[in-house]
Amino acid sequence: MSTLLSRVQRQTGRFVLDGLASVGRFADLLVEMARGLVEWRVWLPRTFDEAWSIGVGSLFIVVLISSFTGAVTALQAGYQFTGNVPVYVVGSLVTESVVLELGPVLVGLILAGRIGARYAAELGTMRVTEQIDALESLGRSPASYLLLPRVLACLLMIPMLVIFADVIAVGAGWFIASNSSIGISNEDFTYGSRAYWHAFDGWYSVIKGFFFAAAISLISCYRGFTTRQGAEGVGRSTTGAVVTSSVLILLLDTLLAKLLLVS
Amino acid sequence: MIEIRNVYKRFGSQVILDGVTLTVQEGETLALLGPSGTGKSVLLKSIIGLIRPERGEIVVDGQIVSRLKRQELARLRAKIGYVFQNGALFDSMDVFENIRLGLTNEKEFKDLDYARKRAAECLRLVNLNPDTMKKMPAELSGGMRKRVGIARAIAGKPKYVLYDEPTSGLDPVNADIIDALVKRLEGELGVTSITVTHDVRGAFRTADRIALLTHGKIVAIGPPEEFRESQVPEVKEFLERDFETASLNGTDK
Repeated sequence: MSTLLSRVQRQTGRFVLDGLASVGRFADLLVEMARGLVEWRVWLPRTFDEAWSIGVGSLFIVVLISSFTGAVTALQAGYQFTGNVPVYVVGSLVTESVVLELGPVLVGLILAGRIGARYAAELGTMRVTEQIDALESLGRSPASYLLLPRVLACLLMIPMLVIFADVIAVGAGWFIASNSSIGISNEDFTYGSRAYWHAFDGWYSVIKGFFFAAAISLISCYRGFTTRQGAEGVGRSTTGAVVTSSVLILLLDTLLAKLLLVS
Repeated sequence: MIEIRNVYKRFGSQVILDGVTLTVQEGETLALLGPSGTGKSVLLKSIIGLIRPERGEIVVDGQIVSRLKRQELARLRAKIGYVFQNGALFDSMDVFENIRLGLTNEKEFKDLDYARKRAAECLRLVNLNPDTMKKMPAELSGGMRKRVGIARAIAGKPKYVLYDEPTSGLDPVNADIIDALVKRLEGELGVTSITVTHDVRGAFRTADRIALLTHGKIVAIGPPEEFRESQVPEVKEFLERDFETASLNGTDK
């Protein structure tokens, strides 16, 4: 019994120490990036390249996801709101649920898989093949060359992709609502969209996109940058980056709703 | 001058360096021999501050590496060329861009004409055609990658060059070319170098002094002739094993 207890204590102690060490390493990485900001000649052109790659590369998947999301939301709203509920409510429901929740969260989760996995795998491979050590040995900062461009590109592009996804999803919902058996007119849909719309709703979507971008880029860069133990380590970092940033997106989603919508 | 003073390093419970003390004089070529996993690469990485020892000091040109600030460390690293075991080329960049990153002087780095000339010059030094510049690392063989790694390390005309297994995995002809290059850089440019190697013959050909690192300590150090005659049991055992391996491979000369 006492052996089991001491084993549990040891494991708990190790878990706490590992957790604290990770927090320390993450803080170090943030400090390195803050220091690297002065080398804007290094990170700025790379940020534009990275932003272009994220934006153009993610466009297809974002259009696909958001158009299906808008269409399905409209169809389900049309199915549920029958009888005495006015038909324009479909417009309200599609617009609000897409802008407040579905647009940013689905884009966030998809990009956590797409960009997060890519960053963790790229940086992890660079770490285990000593490319990051090589960069440092040449007196160059990995933060300026590798991390800042990736993080800043995400902070710039993901909120833009969220706006884009919102527009496409609402458009798809509108198209489906007015061209299916729901039979809502264009006027009813726009009336419904405006009925419960607050100017802050659009900003809320962008703010969420920004926070999700920070979560995806920082977590995946951290996981990739601290990869150890060869190919297996790269696999572990990649999976870890996707899982951790997805969970963080859901936590941030709840936290931001509590803080910004119903505080 | 590089001074390594009583350096300790361990990973978890495993002690890697257990009080290593070593001095490398200006213009000298030191070969660091030792069995695998004895911390030779750890020692080399500690010299440029990629690994921080738990105890002890590494002093390069009078500066204690572990106490240097970010900018000072970057300036020190600009004086040191590091050749990684597998080349460590940036696989998203072509050979030219890889070598260009080795130009640690920002003026030279930004001058594309100079960078091209210097890259071609460095490629010729390592017996590669300047046309290699346009290739991506994935298009190169293992030996070519290693040589491009050397070209990158010497592009910035460093004062010190640290070689981590420069000839491992190379055919004898290219291994000889690299050995000759190490000797030539020492002779022509006065480069000080430390070569971590398993290649005992290469070490005897190129080094001014040879050291044996085993069990985390330097157990013997001296000029090649003195090292060969050493009565230290670890040295005798290491050289005998190398002789046996060479006989089995038919490469004993």
